[in-house]
Amino acid sequence: MSEPAAGPLKRTPLYELHRELGARIVPFAGYEMPVQYPTGILVEHAHTRNACGLFDVSHMGQVRLTAQAGHTAAKALETLVPADIVGLQPGQQRYTQFTNEAGGILDDLMVTSTGDHLQLVVNAACKGADLAHIKAKLSDACEIEPMFGRGLLALQGPQAVTVLSRLAPSVAGMKFMTGTFVVIDGARCYVTRSGYTGCDGYEISTPADATDAIARKLLSHPEVKPIGLGARDSLRLEAGLCLYGHDIDTTTTPVEAVLLWSVGKERRIQGGFPGAAVVQKQIAEGAPRKRVGLLPEGKAIAREGAEIVISGKTVGIVTSGGFAPTLGRAIAMGYVERAQSANGTKVELLVRGKPVPAEIVPMPFVKHTYYRG
Amino acid sequence: MADVKYSEEHEWIRVEGDTGTIGITQYAQEQLGDVVFVDVPAASRKVAKGEAVAVVESVKAASDIYAPVSGEVIESNAALADTPGDVNAEPMGKGWFFKIKMSDKGELAGLMDEAAYAAFVKGLG
Repeated sequence: MSEPAAGPLKRTPLYELHRELGARIVPFAGYEMPVQYPTGILVEHAHTRNACGLFDVSHMGQVRLTAQAGHTAAKALETLVPADIVGLQPGQQRYTQFTNEAGGILDDLMVTSTGDHLQLVVNAACKGADLAHIKAKLSDACEIEPMFGRGLLALQGPQAVTVLSRLAPSVAGMKFMTGTFVVIDGARCYVTRSGYTGCDGYEISTPADATDAIARKLLSHPEVKPIGLGARDSLRLEAGLCLYGHDIDTTTTPVEAVLLWSVGKERRIQGGFPGAAVVQKQIAEGAPRKRVGLLPEGKAIAREGAEIVISGKTVGIVTSGGFAPTLGRAIAMGYVERAQSANGTKVELLVRGKPVPAEIVPMPFVKHTYYRG
Repeated sequence: MADVKYSEEHEWIRVEGDTGTIGITQYAQEQLGDVVFVDVPAASRKVAKGEAVAVVESVKAASDIYAPVSGEVIESNAALADTPGDVNAEPMGKGWFFKIKMSDKGELAGLMDEAAYAAFVKGLG
Protein backbone atom coordinates (compact mmCIF):
# COMPACT_ATOMS: atom_id res chain seq x y z
CA MET A 1 0.00 0.00 0.00
CA SER A 2 1.40 3.36 -0.98
CA GLU A 3 -0.64 5.38 1.48
CA PRO A 4 -1.73 4.60 5.01
CA ALA A 5 -5.45 3.96 5.21
CA ALA A 6 -7.10 7.12 6.48
CA GLY A 7 -8.96 6.35 9.69
CA PRO A 8 -12.16 8.10 10.60
CA LEU A 9 -11.62 11.76 11.41
CA LYS A 10 -11.66 12.66 15.07
CA ARG A 11 -13.51 15.58 16.62
CA THR A 12 -12.53 17.89 19.44
CA PRO A 13 -14.95 18.69 22.30
CA LEU A 14 -15.88 21.87 20.40
CA TYR A 15 -17.03 20.24 17.14
CA GLU A 16 -20.73 20.99 17.74
CA LEU A 17 -19.91 24.59 18.68
CA HIS A 18 -17.91 25.06 15.47
CA ARG A 19 -20.90 23.82 13.45
CA GLU A 20 -23.26 26.14 15.31
CA LEU A 21 -20.95 29.07 14.61
CA GLY A 22 -21.05 28.30 10.88
CA ALA A 23 -17.43 27.20 10.57
CA ARG A 24 -16.09 25.70 7.40
CA ILE A 25 -14.75 22.36 8.63
CA VAL A 26 -11.73 20.73 6.99
CA PRO A 27 -9.68 17.63 7.76
CA PHE A 28 -6.50 18.62 9.58
CA ALA A 29 -4.03 16.24 11.28
CA GLY A 30 -6.75 13.60 11.54
CA TYR A 31 -9.36 15.95 13.01
CA GLU A 32 -12.36 17.81 11.65
CA MET A 33 -11.27 21.36 12.38
CA PRO A 34 -12.63 24.85 11.62
CA VAL A 35 -10.51 26.59 8.97
CA GLN A 36 -12.62 29.74 9.13
CA TYR A 37 -15.94 31.11 10.35
CA PRO A 38 -18.36 33.10 8.16
CA THR A 39 -16.55 36.44 8.63
CA GLY A 40 -13.47 35.07 6.88
CA ILE A 41 -9.76 34.87 7.57
CA LEU A 42 -8.90 38.56 7.10
CA VAL A 43 -11.48 39.71 9.66
CA GLU A 44 -10.50 36.93 12.07
CA HIS A 45 -6.84 37.81 11.74
CA ALA A 46 -7.43 41.52 12.38
CA HIS A 47 -9.76 40.77 15.28
CA THR A 48 -7.06 38.73 17.00
CA ARG A 49 -4.44 41.44 16.52
CA ASN A 50 -6.82 44.20 17.70
CA ALA A 51 -9.10 42.56 20.27
CA CYS A 52 -9.28 38.88 21.21
CA GLY A 53 -9.63 35.59 19.34
CA LEU A 54 -10.59 32.17 20.65
CA PHE A 55 -8.91 29.21 18.92
CA ASP A 56 -9.71 25.53 19.39
CA VAL A 57 -6.34 23.79 19.59
CA SER A 58 -7.67 20.70 21.36
CA HIS A 59 -6.27 18.55 18.53
CA MET A 60 -2.77 19.18 19.88
CA GLY A 61 -1.37 16.50 22.17
CA GLN A 62 -1.09 17.06 25.89
CA VAL A 63 1.12 14.65 27.81
CA ARG A 64 1.98 14.59 31.50
CA LEU A 65 5.30 13.24 32.77
CA THR A 66 5.66 12.33 36.43
CA ALA A 67 8.94 11.05 37.84
CA GLN A 68 9.14 7.47 39.06
CA ALA A 69 10.68 7.01 42.49
CA GLY A 70 14.40 7.77 42.38
CA HIS A 71 14.20 9.72 39.09
CA THR A 72 13.56 13.28 37.98
CA ALA A 73 11.28 13.92 35.03
CA ALA A 74 13.26 16.97 33.91
CA LYS A 75 16.52 15.04 33.74
CA ALA A 76 14.81 12.27 31.80
CA LEU A 77 13.22 14.67 29.30
CA GLU A 78 16.60 16.34 28.72
CA THR A 79 17.76 13.11 27.08
CA LEU A 80 15.25 13.83 24.27
CA VAL A 81 15.33 17.65 23.91
CA PRO A 82 18.10 20.28 23.85
CA ALA A 83 16.45 22.82 26.16
CA ASP A 84 17.36 23.43 29.79
CA ILE A 85 14.52 21.54 31.47
CA VAL A 86 16.28 20.83 34.77
CA GLY A 87 16.48 24.59 35.33
CA LEU A 88 12.77 25.07 34.70
CA GLN A 89 11.24 26.48 37.88
CA PRO A 90 7.71 25.44 38.92
CA GLY A 91 5.25 27.48 36.87
CA GLN A 92 7.74 28.18 34.08
CA GLN A 93 7.23 27.17 30.47
CA ARG A 94 9.78 26.60 27.71
CA TYR A 95 9.76 25.94 23.96
CA THR A 96 11.91 23.07 22.69
CA GLN A 97 12.21 20.27 20.11
CA PHE A 98 12.46 16.49 20.10
CA THR A 99 15.62 15.87 18.07
CA ASN A 100 16.84 12.77 16.23
CA GLU A 101 20.38 11.38 16.03
CA ALA A 102 21.13 13.61 13.03
CA GLY A 103 20.07 16.70 14.95
CA GLY A 104 16.85 16.87 12.90
CA ILE A 105 13.58 17.86 14.52
CA LEU A 106 10.98 15.15 15.20
CA ASP A 107 8.53 17.71 16.62
CA ASP A 108 8.51 21.00 18.47
CA LEU A 109 6.74 21.36 21.79
CA MET A 110 6.03 23.39 24.89
CA VAL A 111 7.13 22.09 28.30
CA THR A 112 5.74 23.48 31.54
CA SER A 113 6.78 22.49 35.05
CA THR A 114 3.98 22.40 37.59
CA GLY A 115 6.46 21.45 40.30
CA ASP A 116 5.00 17.96 40.63
CA HIS A 117 5.28 17.04 36.99
CA LEU A 118 6.00 18.26 33.47
CA GLN A 119 3.22 19.06 31.01
CA LEU A 120 4.01 18.80 27.32
CA VAL A 121 2.01 20.18 24.41
CA VAL A 122 2.99 18.63 21.08
CA ASN A 123 1.71 18.96 17.50
CA ALA A 124 -1.46 17.11 16.53
CA ALA A 125 0.09 15.42 13.50
CA CYS A 126 3.02 14.11 15.55
CA LYS A 127 1.36 13.20 18.82
CA GLY A 128 1.09 9.46 18.23
CA ALA A 129 4.74 9.20 17.18
CA ASP A 130 5.83 11.52 20.01
CA LEU A 131 4.04 9.39 22.59
CA ALA A 132 5.66 6.21 21.24
CA HIS A 133 9.06 7.96 21.31
CA ILE A 134 8.60 9.13 24.90
CA LYS A 135 7.35 5.74 26.03
CA ALA A 136 10.27 3.96 24.39
CA LYS A 137 12.85 6.24 25.97
CA LEU A 138 11.44 7.49 29.28
CA SER A 139 9.27 4.69 30.72
CA ASP A 140 11.90 3.70 33.28
CA ALA A 141 12.16 7.21 34.66
CA CYS A 142 8.65 8.61 34.23
CA GLU A 143 5.02 7.77 34.40
CA ILE A 144 3.73 8.90 31.00
CA GLU A 145 0.09 9.96 30.77
CA PRO A 146 -1.33 11.01 27.42
CA MET A 147 -4.17 13.48 28.02
CA PHE A 148 -5.34 13.55 24.39
CA GLY A 149 -8.97 13.90 25.41
CA ARG A 150 -8.49 17.20 27.20
CA GLY A 151 -9.51 20.46 25.60
CA LEU A 152 -7.01 23.19 24.74
CA LEU A 153 -8.23 26.71 24.04
CA ALA A 154 -6.00 29.57 22.92
CA LEU A 155 -7.27 33.02 23.85
CA GLN A 156 -5.08 35.48 21.98
CA GLY A 157 -4.88 39.22 21.47
CA PRO A 158 -4.49 42.45 23.42
CA GLN A 159 -7.83 42.02 25.20
CA ALA A 160 -7.26 38.40 26.24
CA VAL A 161 -6.02 39.54 29.64
CA THR A 162 -9.14 41.65 30.23
CA VAL A 163 -11.46 38.81 29.27
CA LEU A 164 -9.78 35.91 31.06
CA SER A 165 -9.16 37.88 34.26
CA ARG A 166 -12.93 38.43 34.54
CA LEU A 167 -13.26 34.65 34.94
CA ALA A 168 -10.00 34.05 36.80
CA PRO A 169 -8.53 37.24 38.29
CA SER A 170 -5.16 35.66 39.09
CA VAL A 171 -4.19 35.33 35.41
CA ALA A 172 -3.77 39.11 35.00
CA GLY A 173 -0.37 39.14 36.70
CA MET A 174 1.05 36.10 34.90
CA LYS A 175 4.09 36.69 32.72
CA PHE A 176 4.78 35.29 29.24
CA MET A 177 5.77 31.61 29.37
CA THR A 178 4.45 30.87 32.85
CA GLY A 179 1.62 28.55 33.91
CA THR A 180 -0.75 28.04 36.80
CA PHE A 181 -3.80 26.04 37.84
CA VAL A 182 -7.01 28.10 37.97
CA VAL A 183 -10.69 27.30 38.34
CA ILE A 184 -12.79 28.55 35.43
CA ASP A 185 -16.54 28.02 35.46
CA GLY A 186 -16.12 25.45 38.22
CA ALA A 187 -13.55 23.37 36.29
CA ARG A 188 -9.90 22.99 37.21
CA CYS A 189 -7.86 24.22 34.27
CA TYR A 190 -4.16 24.74 33.62
CA VAL A 191 -3.49 28.15 32.09
CA THR A 192 -0.25 29.31 30.48
CA ARG A 193 0.44 32.82 29.24
CA SER A 194 1.57 31.76 25.80
CA GLY A 195 0.33 31.07 22.31
CA TYR A 196 1.44 30.96 18.72
CA THR A 197 0.21 34.24 17.26
CA GLY A 198 2.89 36.68 18.44
CA CYS A 199 0.20 38.38 20.56
CA ASP A 200 -0.23 38.43 24.30
CA GLY A 201 -2.65 35.72 25.37
CA TYR A 202 -3.25 32.41 27.08
CA GLU A 203 -3.61 28.72 26.41
CA ILE A 204 -6.15 27.03 28.64
CA SER A 205 -6.05 23.27 29.17
CA THR A 206 -9.54 22.14 30.13
CA PRO A 207 -11.18 18.90 31.27
CA ALA A 208 -12.85 17.41 28.17
CA ASP A 209 -16.38 17.74 29.52
CA ALA A 210 -15.90 21.38 30.58
CA THR A 211 -14.39 22.59 27.30
CA ASP A 212 -17.61 23.44 25.49
CA ALA A 213 -19.06 25.43 28.41
CA ILE A 214 -15.82 27.38 28.93
CA ALA A 215 -15.54 28.17 25.22
CA ARG A 216 -19.15 29.42 25.15
CA LYS A 217 -18.52 31.48 28.26
CA LEU A 218 -15.45 33.11 26.67
CA LEU A 219 -17.37 33.79 23.45
CA SER A 220 -20.12 35.52 25.43
CA HIS A 221 -17.71 38.38 26.12
CA PRO A 222 -18.10 41.08 23.46
CA GLU A 223 -14.34 41.25 22.81
CA VAL A 224 -14.08 37.58 21.80
CA LYS A 225 -14.64 36.04 18.36
CA PRO A 226 -13.94 32.47 17.23
CA ILE A 227 -10.89 32.13 14.99
CA GLY A 228 -10.09 29.25 12.65
CA LEU A 229 -6.92 27.52 11.50
CA GLY A 230 -6.59 29.83 8.48
CA ALA A 231 -5.97 32.92 10.59
CA ARG A 232 -3.92 30.87 13.05
CA ASP A 233 -1.51 30.21 10.18
CA SER A 234 -1.36 33.82 8.92
CA LEU A 235 -0.84 35.08 12.49
CA ARG A 236 2.03 32.67 13.23
CA LEU A 237 3.69 33.46 9.90
CA GLU A 238 3.62 37.21 10.66
CA ALA A 239 5.13 36.35 14.05
CA GLY A 240 7.96 34.46 12.29
CA LEU A 241 7.12 31.23 14.12
CA CYS A 242 7.87 27.81 12.63
CA LEU A 243 5.14 25.44 11.48
CA TYR A 244 6.20 21.82 12.01
CA GLY A 245 6.28 19.78 8.80
CA HIS A 246 6.89 22.93 6.79
CA ASP A 247 9.52 25.22 8.33
CA ILE A 248 11.06 22.53 10.51
CA ASP A 249 11.19 18.75 10.13
CA THR A 250 13.57 15.81 10.46
CA THR A 251 15.92 17.35 7.88
CA THR A 252 16.36 20.69 9.70
CA THR A 253 18.37 21.19 12.87
CA PRO A 254 17.60 23.75 15.58
CA VAL A 255 20.72 25.66 14.45
CA GLU A 256 19.60 25.81 10.80
CA ALA A 257 16.10 26.79 11.91
CA VAL A 258 17.58 29.66 13.99
CA LEU A 259 16.12 28.16 17.16
CA LEU A 260 19.45 28.17 18.99
CA TRP A 261 17.92 30.59 21.54
CA SER A 262 15.84 27.63 22.74
CA VAL A 263 18.89 25.40 23.29
CA GLY A 264 20.16 25.62 26.88
CA LYS A 265 23.53 27.39 27.23
CA GLU A 266 24.98 24.58 29.35
CA ARG A 267 23.49 21.98 27.06
CA ARG A 268 25.27 23.44 24.02
CA ILE A 269 28.49 22.49 25.79
CA GLN A 270 27.46 19.32 27.61
CA GLY A 271 25.16 17.83 24.97
CA GLY A 272 23.30 14.73 26.12
CA PHE A 273 20.37 15.02 23.67
CA PRO A 274 19.92 13.15 20.37
CA GLY A 275 22.04 14.68 17.62
CA ALA A 276 24.06 16.79 20.07
CA ALA A 277 27.29 16.20 18.13
CA VAL A 278 25.71 17.56 14.93
CA VAL A 279 24.25 20.58 16.73
CA GLN A 280 27.55 21.31 18.51
CA LYS A 281 29.48 21.10 15.23
CA GLN A 282 27.02 23.52 13.60
CA ILE A 283 27.31 25.91 16.52
CA ALA A 284 31.10 25.85 16.20
CA GLU A 285 31.41 25.94 12.42
CA GLY A 286 28.10 27.35 11.24
CA ALA A 287 25.20 25.46 9.72
CA PRO A 288 25.16 24.91 5.94
CA ARG A 289 21.87 26.78 5.65
CA LYS A 290 19.72 29.08 7.67
CA ARG A 291 16.02 29.95 8.04
CA VAL A 292 15.38 33.55 6.96
CA GLY A 293 12.51 35.99 6.50
CA LEU A 294 11.70 37.07 2.93
CA LEU A 295 9.88 40.16 1.78
CA PRO A 296 8.75 39.88 -1.86
CA GLU A 297 8.22 43.05 -3.90
CA GLY A 298 4.78 43.69 -5.34
CA LYS A 299 1.68 41.66 -4.82
CA ALA A 300 2.58 38.14 -5.91
CA ILE A 301 2.60 35.57 -3.12
CA ALA A 302 5.49 33.10 -2.93
CA ARG A 303 4.24 29.98 -1.20
CA GLU A 304 5.85 26.84 0.17
CA GLY A 305 8.09 25.21 -2.42
CA ALA A 306 9.01 28.37 -4.34
CA GLU A 307 12.73 28.35 -5.21
CA ILE A 308 14.98 31.13 -3.90
CA VAL A 309 17.40 32.24 -6.61
CA ILE A 310 20.41 34.57 -6.82
CA SER A 311 21.83 35.35 -10.28
CA GLY A 312 20.06 32.35 -11.79
CA LYS A 313 21.40 29.92 -9.17
CA THR A 314 19.05 28.25 -6.70
CA VAL A 315 20.23 29.02 -3.16
CA GLY A 316 17.21 27.89 -1.18
CA ILE A 317 13.51 27.21 -0.90
CA VAL A 318 10.47 28.89 0.61
CA THR A 319 8.92 26.82 3.42
CA SER A 320 6.00 29.11 4.35
CA GLY A 321 4.60 32.03 2.45
CA GLY A 322 1.41 33.95 2.32
CA PHE A 323 -0.42 37.21 2.61
CA ALA A 324 0.23 39.14 5.82
CA PRO A 325 -3.08 40.86 6.63
CA THR A 326 -1.51 43.18 9.23
CA LEU A 327 1.00 44.46 6.65
CA GLY A 328 -1.24 44.21 3.57
CA ARG A 329 1.52 42.46 1.63
CA ALA A 330 3.11 39.11 0.94
CA ILE A 331 5.69 37.63 3.33
CA ALA A 332 7.58 34.36 3.39
CA MET A 333 10.17 32.36 5.22
CA GLY A 334 12.55 29.78 3.89
CA TYR A 335 16.02 28.30 3.98
CA VAL A 336 19.03 29.70 2.13
CA GLU A 337 22.71 28.79 2.01
CA ARG A 338 24.41 30.43 4.97
CA ALA A 339 26.75 32.48 2.75
CA GLN A 340 23.70 34.17 1.21
CA SER A 341 21.66 34.58 4.39
CA ALA A 342 22.57 38.11 5.53
CA ASN A 343 19.72 40.56 6.05
CA GLY A 344 19.41 42.88 3.07
CA THR A 345 20.49 40.23 0.55
CA LYS A 346 18.55 40.59 -2.71
CA VAL A 347 17.11 37.37 -4.08
CA GLU A 348 14.41 36.27 -6.50
CA LEU A 349 11.56 33.92 -5.64
CA LEU A 350 10.22 31.77 -8.46
CA VAL A 351 6.44 32.14 -8.35
CA ARG A 352 4.83 29.93 -11.00
CA GLY A 353 8.12 30.10 -12.87
CA LYS A 354 8.30 33.90 -12.80
CA PRO A 355 11.08 35.55 -10.77
CA VAL A 356 9.77 37.93 -8.10
CA PRO A 357 12.41 40.22 -6.52
CA ALA A 358 12.62 39.83 -2.73
CA GLU A 359 14.88 40.76 0.14
CA ILE A 360 16.09 38.76 3.14
CA VAL A 361 14.77 40.52 6.24
CA PRO A 362 14.79 39.94 9.99
CA MET A 363 11.78 38.30 11.64
CA PRO A 364 9.24 38.66 13.15
CA PHE A 365 7.38 40.54 10.41
CA VAL A 366 4.96 41.89 13.04
CA LYS A 367 6.35 42.79 16.45
CA HIS A 368 5.61 40.36 19.27
CA THR A 369 3.49 41.83 22.05
CA TYR A 370 4.12 39.26 24.78
CA TYR A 371 3.54 40.38 28.38
CA ARG A 372 6.83 40.14 30.25
CA GLY A 373 5.77 42.09 33.34
CA MET B 1 -29.76 40.91 -23.44
CA ALA B 2 -26.45 39.47 -22.34
CA ASP B 3 -26.18 35.73 -22.10
CA VAL B 4 -24.22 34.23 -19.17
CA LYS B 5 -22.62 30.80 -19.35
CA TYR B 6 -20.73 28.83 -16.75
CA SER B 7 -17.82 26.38 -16.78
CA GLU B 8 -17.17 23.36 -14.58
CA GLU B 9 -14.15 25.27 -13.25
CA HIS B 10 -16.60 27.80 -11.77
CA GLU B 11 -15.96 30.64 -14.19
CA TRP B 12 -18.73 32.69 -15.74
CA ILE B 13 -18.67 34.40 -19.12
CA ARG B 14 -21.11 37.17 -20.03
CA VAL B 15 -21.51 37.25 -23.81
CA GLU B 16 -22.25 40.49 -25.67
CA GLY B 17 -21.73 40.09 -29.42
CA ASP B 18 -18.20 38.74 -29.94
CA THR B 19 -17.05 39.90 -26.53
CA GLY B 20 -17.07 37.80 -23.38
CA THR B 21 -16.49 39.15 -19.86
CA ILE B 22 -15.04 36.51 -17.54
CA GLY B 23 -14.93 36.09 -13.79
CA ILE B 24 -15.48 33.49 -11.07
CA THR B 25 -18.77 32.45 -9.55
CA GLN B 26 -20.28 33.03 -6.13
CA TYR B 27 -19.57 29.37 -5.32
CA ALA B 28 -15.91 29.79 -6.31
CA GLN B 29 -15.37 32.91 -4.22
CA GLU B 30 -16.96 31.22 -1.20
CA GLN B 31 -14.64 28.24 -1.62
CA LEU B 32 -11.56 30.45 -2.02
CA GLY B 33 -12.24 32.71 0.93
CA ASP B 34 -10.77 36.21 1.15
CA VAL B 35 -9.10 37.10 -2.16
CA VAL B 36 -5.92 39.14 -1.70
CA PHE B 37 -4.41 39.24 -5.19
CA VAL B 38 -5.51 38.56 -8.76
CA ASP B 39 -2.96 38.12 -11.55
CA VAL B 40 -4.92 39.01 -14.70
CA PRO B 41 -3.72 38.48 -18.29
CA ALA B 42 -2.36 41.36 -20.36
CA ALA B 43 -4.40 42.83 -23.20
CA SER B 44 -3.73 41.34 -26.66
CA ARG B 45 -2.71 37.98 -25.19
CA LYS B 46 -4.15 35.14 -27.28
CA VAL B 47 -5.59 32.37 -25.15
CA ALA B 48 -6.90 28.90 -25.91
CA LYS B 49 -9.96 27.36 -24.30
CA GLY B 50 -8.88 25.59 -21.12
CA GLU B 51 -5.58 27.49 -20.86
CA ALA B 52 -4.56 28.80 -17.40
CA VAL B 53 -4.74 32.56 -17.95
CA ALA B 54 -5.14 34.16 -14.54
CA VAL B 55 -4.32 33.36 -10.93
CA VAL B 56 -6.43 34.24 -7.95
CA GLU B 57 -4.71 34.24 -4.58
CA SER B 58 -6.71 33.89 -1.40
CA VAL B 59 -5.18 33.96 2.07
CA LYS B 60 -5.12 30.17 1.90
CA ALA B 61 -4.02 29.25 -1.60
CA ALA B 62 -3.39 30.18 -5.22
CA SER B 63 -5.85 28.96 -7.85
CA ASP B 64 -5.57 28.99 -11.63
CA ILE B 65 -8.34 30.51 -13.69
CA TYR B 66 -8.88 28.84 -17.08
CA ALA B 67 -10.13 30.50 -20.24
CA PRO B 68 -13.65 29.14 -20.82
CA VAL B 69 -13.34 29.96 -24.52
CA SER B 70 -10.56 30.81 -27.00
CA GLY B 71 -9.79 34.32 -28.17
CA GLU B 72 -7.80 37.46 -27.53
CA VAL B 73 -7.77 39.36 -24.25
CA ILE B 74 -8.97 42.92 -24.91
CA GLU B 75 -9.11 44.32 -21.38
CA SER B 76 -8.40 43.23 -17.84
CA ASN B 77 -9.84 44.58 -14.60
CA ALA B 78 -7.06 46.87 -13.39
CA ALA B 79 -9.09 47.90 -10.32
CA LEU B 80 -8.59 44.44 -8.80
CA ALA B 81 -4.95 45.35 -8.08
CA ASP B 82 -6.16 47.74 -5.38
CA THR B 83 -9.44 46.10 -4.41
CA PRO B 84 -9.08 42.33 -4.79
CA GLY B 85 -11.92 41.98 -2.25
CA ASP B 86 -14.31 42.94 -5.08
CA VAL B 87 -14.06 39.30 -6.16
CA ASN B 88 -15.64 38.25 -2.85
CA ALA B 89 -18.14 41.10 -2.63
CA GLU B 90 -19.38 41.14 -6.23
CA PRO B 91 -17.98 38.13 -8.09
CA MET B 92 -20.29 38.68 -11.06
CA GLY B 93 -20.09 42.48 -10.96
CA LYS B 94 -17.12 44.63 -9.98
CA GLY B 95 -15.07 41.47 -9.43
CA TRP B 96 -14.79 40.56 -13.14
CA PHE B 97 -11.32 39.46 -14.30
CA PHE B 98 -10.91 40.12 -18.02
CA LYS B 99 -12.68 40.58 -21.36
CA ILE B 100 -11.99 38.47 -24.39
CA LYS B 101 -12.76 38.77 -28.11
CA MET B 102 -13.98 35.28 -28.86
CA SER B 103 -12.50 33.49 -31.89
CA ASP B 104 -15.05 30.67 -31.93
CA LYS B 105 -18.46 31.35 -30.45
CA GLY B 106 -19.31 27.71 -31.10
CA GLU B 107 -17.29 26.88 -27.97
CA LEU B 108 -20.03 28.48 -25.87
CA ALA B 109 -22.22 25.48 -26.60
CA GLY B 110 -19.97 23.39 -24.34
CA LEU B 111 -20.71 25.61 -21.32
CA MET B 112 -23.63 25.48 -18.91
CA ASP B 113 -26.53 27.87 -18.55
CA GLU B 114 -27.52 29.17 -15.13
CA ALA B 115 -29.91 26.31 -14.31
CA ALA B 116 -27.44 23.64 -15.38
CA TYR B 117 -24.65 25.29 -13.36
CA ALA B 118 -26.88 25.55 -10.27
CA ALA B 119 -27.59 21.83 -10.58
CA PHE B 120 -23.85 21.15 -11.09
CA VAL B 121 -22.96 23.03 -7.88
CA LYS B 122 -25.72 21.28 -5.97
CA GLY B 123 -24.26 17.96 -7.09
CA LEU B 124 -20.94 18.91 -5.46
CA GLY B 125 -22.61 18.75 -2.08
